[in-house]
Amino acid sequence: MFWDPRIERMPEKELEEYQERKLKALIFRVYNHSPFYRKRLKEAGINPWDFSGLRDLTKLPFTKKQDLRDTYPTGMFSVPISQVVRFHASSGTTGKPTVVGYTANDIDMWVECLCRGLVSCGVSREDVVQISYGYGLFTGGLGFHYAAEKVGATVLPTSAGNTARQIELMKDLKTTVIACTPSYMLYLSEYAYKTGVDLKETNLKRGIFGAEPWSEETRKRIEEKTGIDAYDVYGTSELSGPLFTECTEKCGIHIWADHFLVEIIDPKTGEQVGEGEKGELVVTTLSKEALPLIRWRTGDITILENEKCACGRTHPRIMRILGRADDMIIVRGVNVFPSQIEHVLMQIPEVGEHYLIILDREENGLDVMTIQVELSEKAEIDKVSDILELEKRIAEKLKSVLNVTAKVEVVNPGTLQRFEGKAKRVIDRRKI
Amino acid sequence: MGEWVIKQLSVFVENKPGRLAAVTKILYDKKINIRAFTIAEAGDFGIIRMVVDRTEEAYSSLKNAGFTVTLTRVLGVEVADEPGGLYKIAKALGEEGINIEYVYAFTYGGDKALIILRVDDIEKAAEILEKEGVLYKNS
Repeated sequence: MFWDPRIERMPEKELEEYQERKLKALIFRVYNHSPFYRKRLKEAGINPWDFSGLRDLTKLPFTKKQDLRDTYPTGMFSVPISQVVRFHASSGTTGKPTVVGYTANDIDMWVECLCRGLVSCGVSREDVVQISYGYGLFTGGLGFHYAAEKVGATVLPTSAGNTARQIELMKDLKTTVIACTPSYMLYLSEYAYKTGVDLKETNLKRGIFGAEPWSEETRKRIEEKTGIDAYDVYGTSELSGPLFTECTEKCGIHIWADHFLVEIIDPKTGEQVGEGEKGELVVTTLSKEALPLIRWRTGDITILENEKCACGRTHPRIMRILGRADDMIIVRGVNVFPSQIEHVLMQIPEVGEHYLIILDREENGLDVMTIQVELSEKAEIDKVSDILELEKRIAEKLKSVLNVTAKVEVVNPGTLQRFEGKAKRVIDRRKI
Repeated sequence: MGEWVIKQLSVFVENKPGRLAAVTKILYDKKINIRAFTIAEAGDFGIIRMVVDRTEEAYSSLKNAGFTVTLTRVLGVEVADEPGGLYKIAKALGEEGINIEYVYAFTYGGDKALIILRVDDIEKAAEILEKEGVLYKNS
């Protein structure tokens, strides 16, 4: 099923010409309307009249999160506030929040992108869509809300939290699709199980999960536990909010190339990486009006796939987000992504889905990484050696994947902290 | 499964204050009596092993409370509470090449001792102990 078959199946050549035109127009637009970008472009020696389009893309300067902070609250906007119809803001974990603004066209484009995504993973007007992402300044709730309504589905705007009521409404109103973070879905399914609700017996058949990196194994676990199809969604508040999803093929997230131009770079050098190599996702917004972004450094690590998808969509895909360039853990000089650890743990049937990564620095200056993971209720344990062998087996597996030693501690089921929003799985106690 | 098999509960617990209380409270609330009890302790965690009067009920109560519980088949040996009681059976099993994985014991009734054994070959061990006339049987 397609929301906009003409655009979604547009031949690559046409799509590229389209991007070419829009990129040139974007450079003119920001040069004329954004003092921030006019200065930036001048500094980079770029004159819109000489800018030749896609060929010159790598000459354009990057835009970073720090730029939004430096120009807080609206210094990077390219339209007067009277044309802005909505603000969103992302939580400022390191200082001030970052504010994003939308014109009416921006909202339309955002909704349009997510409508394509929802339809591509099978959502239709027959569905009841429960939105358990937070509503408010966070873009997750409202983003899904508008798109699901536009698709014609029945929206159940539960927002985040109050799990008992989420499950009650899910049963009573026959929810067929849920949108939330993958860690909240695990929490919700565990809660349902404990209160005697088998999600397999409800009408729920699809879930659209994002806002934090998750693994293929977590997808399998969610699907096995709940009997639903789990799809990945991607977006950031700076780009609009949730924008891109997987299609029913489940092999990568379709990036709508008529509105967004993507590159993958080496986060250290800023150079584009070779095809199929992993790196930081960089996005140029081709259509956004209020807050256009040129070569926006998302901080998300992924791989780009330009091959046409089996579903018939020609737009490029990004693979699962492997982690954040900036929450990558460095243990004894080795780069470690929490998602790699999750990937290993999910392959071990004796342990549960919840885990905690603790980093300490010994007096001798060596980093020690401890992974706490819950024993599965199904594990067969009688001898002390059963646990010691399990811990050893996990540690060996981790070592082979991460190239760094981790100490594994198995803990009682249900004792690690649960998260209703984004999971905080790393505790760094190292004093640098 | 012979009527001589004792089903022992093994519960994984982290070595933290209150964990033993949590396990035993569940049994107390159900008025389940513990007949034999031991903890194999290993630093950060331990494994509680116990024989109770209502095994199935204890198993499901602990499981529902979120504990990892395993039912293990063990043997009971009933000997007189006097010197040489354990030696006699250890010798008999050793001579037949049976390995004892763990053992714990308690006395009851003033003159008897019940020894709980996990062995590598439960069927053969039961046969040997039966010959020795010490195998405990569920009445």
